[in-house]
Amino acid sequence: MVVMKMKFPFQKRVKLAQGLWLLSWCATVAGATTFTLGCLLKTELRRRAEVMDNTDIHVVPNTLMIVGLASLGINYFASKICQDALDAGRFPRWKNFLKPYFAVSCFFTVLMLLSVIMSYAMKGSLESSLKAGLRNGIRFYKDTDTPGRCFQKQNIDRLQMEFECCGNNDFRDWFEVQWISNRYLDFGSKEVKDRVKSNVDGRYLVDGVPFSCCNPRSPRPCIQYHLTNNSAHYNYDYLTEELNIYLRGCREALVHYYMGLMNTIGAGVLSIFILQGSVLVSLRFLQTAMEAVAGKENTEIETEGYLLEKGVKDTIMEYLDPVLKFFLLKNGGKVEEGAAADKPAAVP
Amino acid sequence: MSVGKVTFTKVEREKLAEVLWLLNWISVVTGAILLGMGLFLKMEIQKWQEVMSEQGVLYVPHMLITTGLAACGINFLGGKICLDCADTNKFLRWKLVMMPYVICTFFFTACILAGALMCYNIRSELEESLFLGLRYSMLYYKDTDTPGRCYLKRMLDLLQIHFQCCGNTGYKDWFQIQWISYRYLDLRSMAVVDRLRNNVEGKFLMDSVPFSCCSPLSPRPCIQQQLNRPLAHFNFDQQSQHLNLWRKGCRQALLDHYTIIMQSISLIVLLIWLFELLVLTGVRYLQTAMENVIRVGDPESESEGWILENSLAETARSNFNIIKNLGKCYQVDNDPNINVPAMIAEQEIHSEQVQVQRTS
Repeated sequence: MVVMKMKFPFQKRVKLAQGLWLLSWCATVAGATTFTLGCLLKTELRRRAEVMDNTDIHVVPNTLMIVGLASLGINYFASKICQDALDAGRFPRWKNFLKPYFAVSCFFTVLMLLSVIMSYAMKGSLESSLKAGLRNGIRFYKDTDTPGRCFQKQNIDRLQMEFECCGNNDFRDWFEVQWISNRYLDFGSKEVKDRVKSNVDGRYLVDGVPFSCCNPRSPRPCIQYHLTNNSAHYNYDYLTEELNIYLRGCREALVHYYMGLMNTIGAGVLSIFILQGSVLVSLRFLQTAMEAVAGKENTEIETEGYLLEKGVKDTIMEYLDPVLKFFLLKNGGKVEEGAAADKPAAVP
Repeated sequence: MSVGKVTFTKVEREKLAEVLWLLNWISVVTGAILLGMGLFLKMEIQKWQEVMSEQGVLYVPHMLITTGLAACGINFLGGKICLDCADTNKFLRWKLVMMPYVICTFFFTACILAGALMCYNIRSELEESLFLGLRYSMLYYKDTDTPGRCYLKRMLDLLQIHFQCCGNTGYKDWFQIQWISYRYLDLRSMAVVDRLRNNVEGKFLMDSVPFSCCSPLSPRPCIQQQLNRPLAHFNFDQQSQHLNLWRKGCRQALLDHYTIIMQSISLIVLLIWLFELLVLTGVRYLQTAMENVIRVGDPESESEGWILENSLAETARSNFNIIKNLGKCYQVDNDPNINVPAMIAEQEIHSEQVQVQRTS
């Protein structure tokens, strides 16, 4: 059973070819746009690579870039094919090319849709990567003299100021980590010695945050140290003070930023996917309509175009058979030969 | 003795008209660029306008915007005129407009040059404006409860973070003003009362800076208090002190930022001015060539084009005479060819006498 049969008189074929040529050039521009969007996303992710623990999320921009480049090629050939389609002399040379072309094009178009789905689905992976990365960043904040970690302080400070956030979940993460290096602690002072002794691991923990957590919107000068001690500051209540430092955690801020970016890009890529799909569908109709004309004397007759010759399942099996045979997953031919050889021997 | 006389054949005239049409359309684009640059500069100045004492600097982007709009209009009209100038018949439509158009374009081109020079020379005015504006902002940093000044703290903090600067000339400017409001000072504490008493004007001055002066490049947590006493902090050596806060003053940082923008803009405007001058010269040649063709009477013949009909001195003198005689009409001169009826002449003399009597 043929899928989606449509009649194509000569004028309709001509209009289809012309429309398809224009559409394929639009789709080429759209493919370049997809590539650019992939590059943009990758650049943004790499800018904050120091606070990400792994690069799993990079599969989204990588896929977008591959699909963008592929779609440039696909649409270039689509425009060339539809240019030759109306010329009965030139169209037959594309005959052998079209089957693998459609297979590859469908694959990359589906990949485009997959990348959009992935960008939504990988939110959890991004969040856990940021959680681990920020935890390390805060832990190594004080190690500005250790090679490999000396830029953590700068990165975390700039991050907190730019994204208006403090700590991993919130500012209390700074209370659990020693973020003041031992090099700048006077171990001769009683206060320092007491604090270090009262801690199980011998760390110098304070209820204070770095200056980069300070909120410029606060009406009073920033209070960084003794945050939980109301009596240490005049007219200060720890529980009701909202504007002094940033209350939002950096993980939430970064996830929000990247999901917003990926949502915008996803919406754009989805519309490009629809455009690309329509190009392929139109090309298929044009191909089948023109194949019916081949060999006939009168090229202006009405022909039928269809999407798939057999049903959906049969077509998929038809395409997958060579692939499976290549991977030797279906040794149908060899099994049958063996059985035929055995049978005559079995019969005495 | 004309200035810049060139002979044009019919083909050359048509080609000149075509080329000028194209150049005029390119000029419309450059006019749009001029407009865009003016808007960009206006936005940049308005972003930080609270630290500028007066808005006098805004005349530069306004000039650029006006000139840009004028450029678009004048060159659009010029394109239309030049397209018609290829044909002698169509030129007659524009004949009377051409001369005023050329004069207008000349003055407008001078405006572009003035705009470019203004951009280049704005530095000293801007520096003065920034010095006063920053001092005012720092003085009222603490007044976050006073309407009209409540945003100054936030703006100054964001400025210092964004431009990586501290204070007006340097971080020590903060030692000379009270930037902590009385609302947050415990006036019952002895330390606070002592400090207030020690100051002549009763201000609470400290050798400390706001958090926005802190540099993230410092290897140690930021030290904001007791900056004049390095020994109060453990291991606070010279290098630590150097990296601890931003060393640059905000006036210098903002001045550098705006100088770069204005110098690039003035360079582009100068290039646009040269291009406009080229277009103006071409239009003048086309105008004079077409007028001479009409004077000769034969549309197919060669004609001469020039920039000025007579030498520069003669043209200046004749223009000066025209301006001098602009207000005076019905001059009674002794030209025998003009038939001045006797009554009108007498009325003229009578009215002059009455005026003389009135003024004396």
